[in-house]
Amino acid sequence: MSCCAPGAEMALALDRATSVQPSNQEIKLASRSLGDDLRQTDLSVPTVHCAGCIQTIETALAKLDRVEGARVNLSTKRVAIRWRGNEVPPFVAALGRLGYEAHLFDPETGEKDKTLSELIRAVAVAGFAAGNIMLLSVSVWSGAEGATRDLFHWVSALIAIPALAFAGGIYFRSAWNALRHGRMNMDVPIAVGVSLAYTMSLYETINHGDHAYFDASVSLLFFLLIGRTLDHVMRERARTAVNGLSRLAARGAIVLRDDGTRDYLPVGEIEPGMQLLIAAGERIPVDGKIIRGSSDLDCSLVSGESTPRTVTSGEAVQAGILNLTGPLTVEATGAAKDSFLAEMVRLMEAAEGGRAHYRRVADRVSALYAPVVHLTAFVTFAGWMAATGDWHRAMTIAIAVLIITCPCALGLAVPIVQVVAARRLFENGIMVKDGSAMERLATIDTAVFDKTGTLTLGQPRLVNASLVDPGMLAIAAEMAAHSRHPFSRAIAGMAGFAGQPKLESVSEHPGFGIEATAAGSTWRLGRRGWAGLKARTVGEGKHSYGGTVLTKDGIIVASFVFEDALRADARAAIVQLNDARVSVEMLSGDTAAACGEVAETLGIDDFVPALLPSGKVECIETLAKDDHKVLMVGDGLNDTPALNAAHVSIAPATAADIGRNTADFVFLRESLLAVPLALDVSRKAGRLIRQNIAIAIVYNTIAVPIAILGHVTPLIAAIAMSASSLLVIGNALRLQGFVLAAVTRAPSATRSGIRASVHPS
Amino acid sequence: MTTLVYLIPAALFLGALGLSGFLWALRSGQYEDLDGAAERMLIDPDDKPER
Repeated sequence: MSCCAPGAEMALALDRATSVQPSNQEIKLASRSLGDDLRQTDLSVPTVHCAGCIQTIETALAKLDRVEGARVNLSTKRVAIRWRGNEVPPFVAALGRLGYEAHLFDPETGEKDKTLSELIRAVAVAGFAAGNIMLLSVSVWSGAEGATRDLFHWVSALIAIPALAFAGGIYFRSAWNALRHGRMNMDVPIAVGVSLAYTMSLYETINHGDHAYFDASVSLLFFLLIGRTLDHVMRERARTAVNGLSRLAARGAIVLRDDGTRDYLPVGEIEPGMQLLIAAGERIPVDGKIIRGSSDLDCSLVSGESTPRTVTSGEAVQAGILNLTGPLTVEATGAAKDSFLAEMVRLMEAAEGGRAHYRRVADRVSALYAPVVHLTAFVTFAGWMAATGDWHRAMTIAIAVLIITCPCALGLAVPIVQVVAARRLFENGIMVKDGSAMERLATIDTAVFDKTGTLTLGQPRLVNASLVDPGMLAIAAEMAAHSRHPFSRAIAGMAGFAGQPKLESVSEHPGFGIEATAAGSTWRLGRRGWAGLKARTVGEGKHSYGGTVLTKDGIIVASFVFEDALRADARAAIVQLNDARVSVEMLSGDTAAACGEVAETLGIDDFVPALLPSGKVECIETLAKDDHKVLMVGDGLNDTPALNAAHVSIAPATAADIGRNTADFVFLRESLLAVPLALDVSRKAGRLIRQNIAIAIVYNTIAVPIAILGHVTPLIAAIAMSASSLLVIGNALRLQGFVLAAVTRAPSATRSGIRASVHPS
Repeated sequence: MTTLVYLIPAALFLGALGLSGFLWALRSGQYEDLDGAAERMLIDPDDKPER
């Protein structure tokens, strides 16, 4: 696997989720039937990236029993496996043995991207028509006359019909939709201009006239469709990437029936009163009460608490909490629709989306632009009518005005810039959901951060490693490798010394720690009261995470101090945001002490601790009332309503599923510098959009008077339109050239972060 | 003029051929995994897994 080391940025996103492989029942639930006993399972495999990977995976999977075939899609980093029978073949394990982390993801709902294929087909048809009509038009312009010209016009008219019907349909539908709801969008003047130009040219052709605008109407559609398709492809790519991230919410759970049988039920079918078996490493699917077992729970995604919580029977647990160390039997107290997750969705719907009132720049411009254009054309018509009384001439000139002002440049001005900007962000591991997100991000003046999982990684880090005896540390690391508890993983990350005694009979005591025997003595790694009380070393930590010790036969030989590790470059990101004149605040569900410490390290002045999810929404709404444009950055389930309420929102790839779906941006790498980078690119894109619109307006102020005076021929219209489009595209491409210092620095920091976090597992 | 009678249909036919070729390729899923297609040509056909 020399060429296939997992170095891709996606590896990071998986780190938190690597804890458990999807169970067979879960895979079966997520697979879809192809009929005739054949089933297909789609897995996301983020680390495949070359021909070697494709071949290894496909041959290995095809060798498994009952597997019909496997096909890797390198672009989307997915594997489609077709298999037979009732038992799920062990393909996840097989992939794991090859060194590829595979996970299930939410299958796309509905049809597979119909819009994209419709757009591409439309581009193809419009391109074919535009090319052929342009050829015929060139011969007309260069002097074809009489019957030849008529023939050419007729052929052009025929070719234009499918293009207008098929490619133009997209614009006609959109324009009609807007008009029906009493709105104006950029598609209205396009639809009006194209259809009028075609009708008038047809009339000219029938009457053996010499000016026909078939080429203008079709090439206009062609240019605009290119912009629209690129825009769609970009968003689709972001959506696929976000969709391919591992699913964090539980898909179902094993239900223990009264008669002792066990069934795997999807979340939607779990009812209150059912007993659920939750293994270590699984997430709790619905709200419930523990009736058997004890364990440590990671609540960071749910409440924002950074320290794992130790629980025993009788305590209540919420949906979305990750069970870390011991198996639990939980009695469901609410169905999925009444559990914590659903509560968040309701809060999210109740809080009016911060973006509801936002109107895109293009729509705002076109609301002004379209009436002006149509009025100008009408006045031109009336003027020529009054001056000459020749209605045919007046009509021809008025339509020339419509064509020359048809917002080819304007229609491309905004999407082209956004496509280039989105591409830039994509290269840096930031996914943008849609173009308006960038417009909104460019306007923000306040950034609100969640603490656990956003500013910090939500994973503890060992801080006193250098003070601990290396021999003891090695033994602790060896023991810790057997546990999934965050503290254990932090200690296990310190492994790498050879020569420690061989461990025997390692066992984990949920809620307490790990016990092992080695060379005749009993070692315990865990909480102080359980592992042993008597201390041998001095200078033990009194930090918030204190209390984890290593003991030998009941005597403490080492103690470990942890802190919640800050996300890479968190401080630098805050500084850059401050430099960009954005004020930074922190909202957290964690305790005041934990928040204070982080705020101090990062230099954040304002923070509000111990907030409920609704409290976060209130904070954001208060800010919004004071006329602040708020950016929310958060990852937890408890942040989701706030992500929705904010003007614009960003979530890391490790966020809860609904958080990732709600946020406008998702960044896949560890570094928090993604936030200032996204802001920077969005602001630059905003500037280029304004420039492009200015270019389009300047073009119009020059071209429109010429058209009004009746000097525009189809040749001039074609040249003017193409020239302005090229100018706008060229200006947008300048974004590609901007040197962003932050971009070049970010990847190196990220890489090391990934290595470190991947290593322990 | 007479040359045009067969030249124009010939030109249009060739154009339409290209267009239908593209639409066929699109429909048969050849644009679904462009990166994969680029890499797959490096795989030896002998051990190519059955599809």
